[in-house]
Amino acid sequence: MDIIVAKDVRKKFKLKHGQQVKNNGIVSNEIDALGGFDLNIKKGEFLVLVGPSGSGKSVFLDIVGGLSTPTSGVVYLDDKPVDAPSEKTGYVFQQYALFPWRTALSNIEFGLESRGVVKEERVKIARELLSLFGLSDFEDRYPYQLSGGMQQRVAIARALATKPEVLLMDEPFAALDAQTREILQNELIRIWEGTDTTVIFVTHSIDEAVFLADRVAVVTARPGKIKEIIEIDLPRPRHGDIRSCSAFAANRHKVWGALKAEVNKAQQDWKHAPVNSK
Amino acid sequence: MSEELFVPSEVGLKSRSIDISSYTKQLKPLFTVLYHWSFGIPLVLVFFAVWEALPRLGIINPLFLPPFSTTLKTLIDLTLSGELLSHSLVSLQRSAAGFSLALLIAVPFGFLMGHFVQFEKYTDLLVQSLRNVSLFALLPIFLLLLGLGESSKIAIIFYAASWQILMNTINGVKSVDPIYIKAARSMGVSDFELFTKVILPASIPSIVIGARLGANVSLMVVIAAEMIGAKSGLGFFIQNAEFNFLVPEMYAGVLTLAIVGLTVNYLLVWAEKKMTSWKRDVSSAIK
Repeated sequence: MDIIVAKDVRKKFKLKHGQQVKNNGIVSNEIDALGGFDLNIKKGEFLVLVGPSGSGKSVFLDIVGGLSTPTSGVVYLDDKPVDAPSEKTGYVFQQYALFPWRTALSNIEFGLESRGVVKEERVKIARELLSLFGLSDFEDRYPYQLSGGMQQRVAIARALATKPEVLLMDEPFAALDAQTREILQNELIRIWEGTDTTVIFVTHSIDEAVFLADRVAVVTARPGKIKEIIEIDLPRPRHGDIRSCSAFAANRHKVWGALKAEVNKAQQDWKHAPVNSK
Repeated sequence: MSEELFVPSEVGLKSRSIDISSYTKQLKPLFTVLYHWSFGIPLVLVFFAVWEALPRLGIINPLFLPPFSTTLKTLIDLTLSGELLSHSLVSLQRSAAGFSLALLIAVPFGFLMGHFVQFEKYTDLLVQSLRNVSLFALLPIFLLLLGLGESSKIAIIFYAASWQILMNTINGVKSVDPIYIKAARSMGVSDFELFTKVILPASIPSIVIGARLGANVSLMVVIAAEMIGAKSGLGFFIQNAEFNFLVPEMYAGVLTLAIVGLTVNYLLVWAEKKMTSWKRDVSSAIK
């Protein structure tokens, strides 16, 4: 069953007055971020979006999350068109976006507050999640007192607190160092494999995509649309060791094969983009 | 937590090692102030020494600048008689009244101007015009309209203190990081919740800075207001001393101003730290 269906989703952004961009040789003051994005996502699947910078992956996440509306086309969540943030989605950002005036515990409670969950219940849920991420001793810390990896764990816990059916993750580990990144990938996959949550995960790392995904959707250079979807045929549950097996390398090769041309095209686009018309 | 950040580690360690921690904990803020002052005190002493020397050496006529020791003696006498204290309290009351009124009006107004583009569009021109009128030009107008009583003084303090609070509130609301708004919206908050749970707390640091500046302004302006048609307060005291050629008394009044200002400023800095304890202490990054 498909929990998310995106049909011919397009999104244009107007540039500021006087700014221009070249789309396939045509000069315009609009950027085509998404150009006919079609994607079906199965319930409970871990789908990873990869694509060159500026290919509209984050824009697509924002549309699924109800934070942005498409210029045309529709995204259905459980057969209903998305036009506002849904209670069924949770969002994790690259910049963590923890509220600095709230402690770790209180940050996790945030989403539950507006759903009218009583204090004791909120604290109980938040504590469970903190312990799931091994952060029980840090519940009273403010974000600035936590390392990047800890902050992102809290941010993921915050998104999971409302038990979302769909978890949107926009390059969540991109700002972390390589070791922390692998540890968090392992933690995420361990936690996710115990749930039936659908995950849409954006990344630039092919290794990360292959390690986490059921399917990797390769997005084209701007305007973004799905170029190819690659099934990752690695067994679950997955552990860190899987990264060194030959099947992993084969999947990695497949993804890079589909992505390479788009990355090159995006590079060319930047090179030819007029900096200033005058 | 905030206290740990508040106290430099040297002081914190010392107070723990002598193991009267519960007692010293309460004195921590005092230690901190003394610790910071210990660096600045030598230069202050030099200042006082020069003050002492200039009239004694005859470089400045002691009639116009009595030596520091004479001023200090007058200050002590006036303090012991309670005269300075009562004038200080009157000035502080007036400042507090004008300042509170400014907080009460400028903060909500700042929120409206910062949050609603339309509201700002209609009000900005008037606000900017009023803001750029010199306070000293307005003093006589306030006196004309409100008379010589308390209300004209409180009104002028209110007027002067409002701008820092207003501008900093607007700035605070406008500079809320959009990622917090995005995160909150992704969790399905209402507009009201977005305001109370994100925009308000995120702008607190800026508002608190505005309030601190506004409080400083209140203390400055109350003196000017009291120099025109008042019968009490430090401003009156200083001017009265001047008119009656009680020069040491006049200087004692000015010294009192410095002491009151210093105390109030430290209290405000302390309050600011308490209110924004969730913020990284900048000094920890600089050290």
